[in-house]
Amino acid sequence: MNAPLLETRGLSKAFGGITATEGVDLDVGEGKIHAVIGPNGAGKTTLIAQLAGMLAPDSGRIIFAGRDITRLPTHARARLGIARSFQITSIFHAMSVLDNTLLAVQAHDGHSYRFWRRARRDKRLTGPAMAALEQVGLGHKAASNASGLSHGEHRQLEIAMALAGASKLLLLDEPMAGMGAEESARMVVLLRGLKETKSILLIEHDMDVVFALADRITVMVDGKAIASGKPEQIRADENVRRAYLGMEGPGETIGDA
Amino acid sequence: MHPPVRLGVRIAVLLALAVLPALTGALDQPFLLDLALRIMILATAAVSLNLILGYGGMISFGHAAYIGIGAYAVGIPAYYGEYSGYVQLPLAIGAGALFALVTGYICLRTKGVYFIMITLAFAQMAYFAFVSIEEYGGDDGLVIEQRSEFTGIIDMESTHQFYYVVLVFLVGALYLVSRIVNARFGMAVQGAKDNDQRMQSLGFDTFRYRLACYVIAGAMAAAAGWLMGNYNYFFSPEMMGWTHSGELIFMVVLGGAGSLFGPLYGAIVLIILEEQLSSATVYWPLILGAILIAVVLFARGGLEGMLAKLERRK
Ligand SMILES: Nc1ncnc2c1ncn2[C@@H]1O[C@H](COP(=O)(O)OP(=O)(O)OP(=O)(O)O)[C@@H](O)[C@H]1O
Ligand SMILES: [Mg+2]
Repeated sequence: MNAPLLETRGLSKAFGGITATEGVDLDVGEGKIHAVIGPNGAGKTTLIAQLAGMLAPDSGRIIFAGRDITRLPTHARARLGIARSFQITSIFHAMSVLDNTLLAVQAHDGHSYRFWRRARRDKRLTGPAMAALEQVGLGHKAASNASGLSHGEHRQLEIAMALAGASKLLLLDEPMAGMGAEESARMVVLLRGLKETKSILLIEHDMDVVFALADRITVMVDGKAIASGKPEQIRADENVRRAYLGMEGPGETIGDA
Repeated sequence: MHPPVRLGVRIAVLLALAVLPALTGALDQPFLLDLALRIMILATAAVSLNLILGYGGMISFGHAAYIGIGAYAVGIPAYYGEYSGYVQLPLAIGAGALFALVTGYICLRTKGVYFIMITLAFAQMAYFAFVSIEEYGGDDGLVIEQRSEFTGIIDMESTHQFYYVVLVFLVGALYLVSRIVNARFGMAVQGAKDNDQRMQSLGFDTFRYRLACYVIAGAMAAAAGWLMGNYNYFFSPEMMGWTHSGELIFMVVLGGAGSLFGPLYGAIVLIILEEQLSSATVYWPLILGAILIAVVLFARGGLEGMLAKLERRK
């Protein structure tokens, strides 16, 4: 097997007395969708924040495409090809919807010490920026103010920004949370279609989505990765059912709701 | 289609400034030219402040330092008998850029109120540094015997020619800022103002873009200072004082931070008000303060914002 695109070894992070992640080992394969599931407060967002460089781990290593990126700042990781979407929508409110994805494209198109040509007339930016909006179904809102979008549309824009940069690895933190059923279904199709070109680390609470998409699943509880494997293995894992899905009745399996 | 109110006002103001020398000659009102010169020079500095404050979200309370630096770049060479504009102007721009680079490197590691305080602190340091140099007049400053020389091209001693030099700098500053803010660089700077964390997670080293923007604004303001030194035939540390930095902020906020022509409108209104009020009452700073509070509370977009509203209503 090829070396995984992203590896973590013994990743730990504590906030004061709370251990948010503890000794997490993770392998995300090239072209795979790797889901991370776990109850609220399990440390999933903290994990992503460490991968993206917004939080420095207390110990452990992060390797991306064969390179140790543990100490690299956020923007340098992004330029290597790691894009992140936020659980709590993080967009440019004072700008138009198209400007939001345009900036995502611009970030990956060389440096931005360009002082003269109008960015909004640059097809190398507007083309892919518009395409990303179309992909998530926001094309018709391109000219609107980002602040004026509905909550569900904000979530779509959040994804579009992660897509627009042509990154190799997407870290998606509950991308469907807050979307309507229709958009959610659209996202599932969209994410599945991305597997050709991208690898995805997906955090998601909706088990239907997880089992529909994931090639591998890691289960986190109290900061620890208690199990990792193929969806069938996770579904059958006793530890997982006890620790994470204690509420499930006997005989019932995760994910076939 | 809405009537283009903002465009109309922009053209009208620039046209008025362009024909003013002819008018004041005909009306025999030379003091008007003097007033317009001061407005245009300070407006040029305010336009540069707007680039970092309005578009970049960097609230510098030390922008007058650059005006002082630009004026000293006229005065110090002149003190040693060097009057060439080809020396003085590049010196002003270079010194402004360097001061911005060094101080910006430190200031931009802080945010919010700390940034405001530290920019103020650096400007005060520059102020006291020049106060302590007896050679250049200490806190009294020095008189400049003659304006920058561009022999055979422009005669800066001619009021009309100097007037048009200043107008070219003002229009040039406006054009430069309009290009910058709409180019990729400007998008990056505005994105960093809007949501710095998101910009970094997209791959922008926001610190560097901010610093570059800060340096450009410093260089522009120092060029305005070069004009100011020539205009006054005089330089002194007082030009760097924090009250002058406050006035520049006032102009930007009054006119509309983050709008291209706002700083010019702010400079026009503030300086004319100052002129009128200061001769009418000693309490004029109080009245100005009240106006500023009203703008902040009731007209966030400043004068440009009001014009934009007018445009939409019609
Ligand atoms: N900045 C912080 N300071 C202190 N504690 C934090 C911080 N961020 C997260 N925590 C704590 O760390 C733990 C893990 O939080 P995290 O947000 O990573 O969980 P999560 O798995 O993403 O949960 P959810 O499913 O609700 O999004 C929680 O106990 C949380 O309260
Ligand atoms: Mg979370």
